[in-house]
Amino acid sequence: MNNFETIQIETDLLILGGGMAACGAAFEAAHWAKQHNMRVTLVDKAAMERSGAVAMGLSAINLYLGLKNGKNTVEDYVNYVKTDLMGIARDDLVANIARHVDSSVHLFEKWGLPIWKDDEGNYVNEGRWQIMIHGESYKNIVSEAAKNALKELGNNGQYIERVFITEPIMNGDRCVGAAGFSVRENKFYIFKAKAVLDVMGGAVHVFRPRSVGEGLGRSWYPPFNSGASAYFTLKSGAEMTCQEVRFVPVRFKDSYGPVGAWFLLFKAKATNAKGEDYMVTRASELEKWAPYGTAKPTPANLRNYLMMLEVEAGNGPIYMKTDDAIKEIVANIPDEKEAKRKLKELESEAWEDFLDMTISQALNWAAHNISPEEMPSEIAACEPYFISSHSGASGAWISGPEDLAPADKFWGYSNMTTVKGLFAAGDASGASSHKFSSGSFTEGRIAAKSALAFCSDNPDPVVVGDAHIEELKQRILQPLVTFEEHKDYANDADVNPNFIKPRMFMFRLQKIMDEYAGGTSVGFKTSKALLEKGLEFLQYMKEDAEKLAASDLNELMRCWENVHRMWQAESHIRTILFREETRWPGYYFRTDFPEMKEEWKCFANCKWDPETGTWEMLKREIEEI
Amino acid sequence: MPSFVINEKCDGCKAQDRTACQYICPNDLMILDKDKNKAYNRAVDMCWECYSCVKICPTQAIEVRGYADFMPLGASVQPMRSTDAIMWAVKFRNQKVKRFKFPIRTTPEGTIDPAAGFSTGTDNLKDTHLRTEPGSLGTRP
Repeated sequence: MNNFETIQIETDLLILGGGMAACGAAFEAAHWAKQHNMRVTLVDKAAMERSGAVAMGLSAINLYLGLKNGKNTVEDYVNYVKTDLMGIARDDLVANIARHVDSSVHLFEKWGLPIWKDDEGNYVNEGRWQIMIHGESYKNIVSEAAKNALKELGNNGQYIERVFITEPIMNGDRCVGAAGFSVRENKFYIFKAKAVLDVMGGAVHVFRPRSVGEGLGRSWYPPFNSGASAYFTLKSGAEMTCQEVRFVPVRFKDSYGPVGAWFLLFKAKATNAKGEDYMVTRASELEKWAPYGTAKPTPANLRNYLMMLEVEAGNGPIYMKTDDAIKEIVANIPDEKEAKRKLKELESEAWEDFLDMTISQALNWAAHNISPEEMPSEIAACEPYFISSHSGASGAWISGPEDLAPADKFWGYSNMTTVKGLFAAGDASGASSHKFSSGSFTEGRIAAKSALAFCSDNPDPVVVGDAHIEELKQRILQPLVTFEEHKDYANDADVNPNFIKPRMFMFRLQKIMDEYAGGTSVGFKTSKALLEKGLEFLQYMKEDAEKLAASDLNELMRCWENVHRMWQAESHIRTILFREETRWPGYYFRTDFPEMKEEWKCFANCKWDPETGTWEMLKREIEEI
Repeated sequence: MPSFVINEKCDGCKAQDRTACQYICPNDLMILDKDKNKAYNRAVDMCWECYSCVKICPTQAIEVRGYADFMPLGASVQPMRSTDAIMWAVKFRNQKVKRFKFPIRTTPEGTIDPAAGFSTGTDNLKDTHLRTEPGSLGTRP
């Protein structure tokens, strides 16, 4: 550890993360920081050009309102989101993103993102809120804009890549920075900041994935999003919301290719093996979940649920009828030549959908000799993820904007957590689902501007004591020390009674979560008795986390990623336990409380107290604005 | 579908400080074996097969073999990415081949002006307007 240099960096705004929300934050912050002579520093654990959830690209932008053409209103969007989440969403947060998001999309287009256009020059909609893009280079383009924006700041703007952030730095009740380490050289980093923006993405590999061989890495959301956001806010003592609202996506089986274009653009149907459309045959089930179940479009989790009932009844495989959908589109074109041309166009669009964002699915089709126009493809429910930018909702409980938030949901600065100086956006902030790539970028912008207002109101330099820095350094680098101390005891680098390596630590966590907290192997079902057992096993894990060992910097990162996942897991179990009802049956099902209850039409929040190490569970009211 | 490196084609990026694949991998998986001067994927089961390494490799030395736990052998998907378009060759197990070309970008690399010519309608940090607004919203002529 003595061979680790300590690098200290002082800044005004510290942006933690490099994905869409972080790029939005950098773009926005650069402008205001220049005007107000402030410094901005962004830290990414990877290379911004291809980091975060959009690293591979995307085939659609899922949030665009089209306000300029009067296509939709902000209110329409708020209603849609709230219904999809079974009534659980913050109107103020969703509306704040929705009223700005078109501006971000217009910028993407100017920067060079190819957006599909119709003959009149309008964006081509996939669904009501989704527009189609040629998005292979989406992240390259957005990160270039963010980097160029930081350049506008000269010496006051910088981005640092390949530095992994793991711990908040606190000074009393205020967050004053972050600690981490380089994953490439022996350098320990201390960032001191007047305001910190947590935009480090959601969490994957908390639950055991369906594929556990090489396919382990083929998670729907990227395996490098490992719960850093939630860990950071939890450890700083910030209140969290919707930690029970995981997301279970239904995707093409095994490679997890997107289904949006098939359902929305091509209007394909999903059926059981007998060819029955379960959305029709099981429609009566939806009435139990009214008013959400009877609303249109049917909420994502309820569509999942009807499919899960089919699987449970042994009616699988479940198919996406790609062949029928394409045949129907082509059949409506009377001219034979035109129909042929259309078929070719549809084929190209179908393949691009995968090649832009889930290349593995294209390979999977090719490996199974699947031509989508000739035969259907299997779909399945994936393992659970924590991603509040999609149809989950877990994240920090943040202040809304002054002009939209109810009195109890505004505390000085939009997007500030309940911890002074700590802000959150994207997958890091909760109860504002369906932001997707464009909304996350936009929320990053909102949060960055707000955080700079906080810096401007709190201009005094922050202080971090040397003893505090040493303590952090020792704790964060401990897995390297543990390995060095004990590695010669046994003849296997991984099997040693004195420590646990991060890989097996991750598998242990995934097994607990899968079997006790309602993963895929138990059909997403759980109960008080199971959750309490899971919590008991998590306590052993927390103790054993002190014995994590790393042989190099890469493994040190894996150690901390899995500690982050473990904290995400604990807050999840505690909140599912707290909410004594079933509200999202297609995400998880409480067998001891199988129905939705009016008394639980509220936010279920939690908070970990850094002083006492205890958890507090809280109910928060839902308001309409 | 983890990425793998073809020995014959990889030149270790000619012993520069870091290889292109090492620079780009979002999960920090690609690494250079300094003895052999070849890059490799150090944890294939943590590979998201995002193809970032495949697309950036200057010698086209990286390809992807479908995840062996659920994909039959024999297929391949290989891109060729230029500054404004990407071409894909999709080879099926039954030897059928499909080729696609899609645009990826409408502006030259490196030329992005963040504000894109829009001015910002306020200089107040507490105003709800963000950078480039209201112009970039397009709601006003």
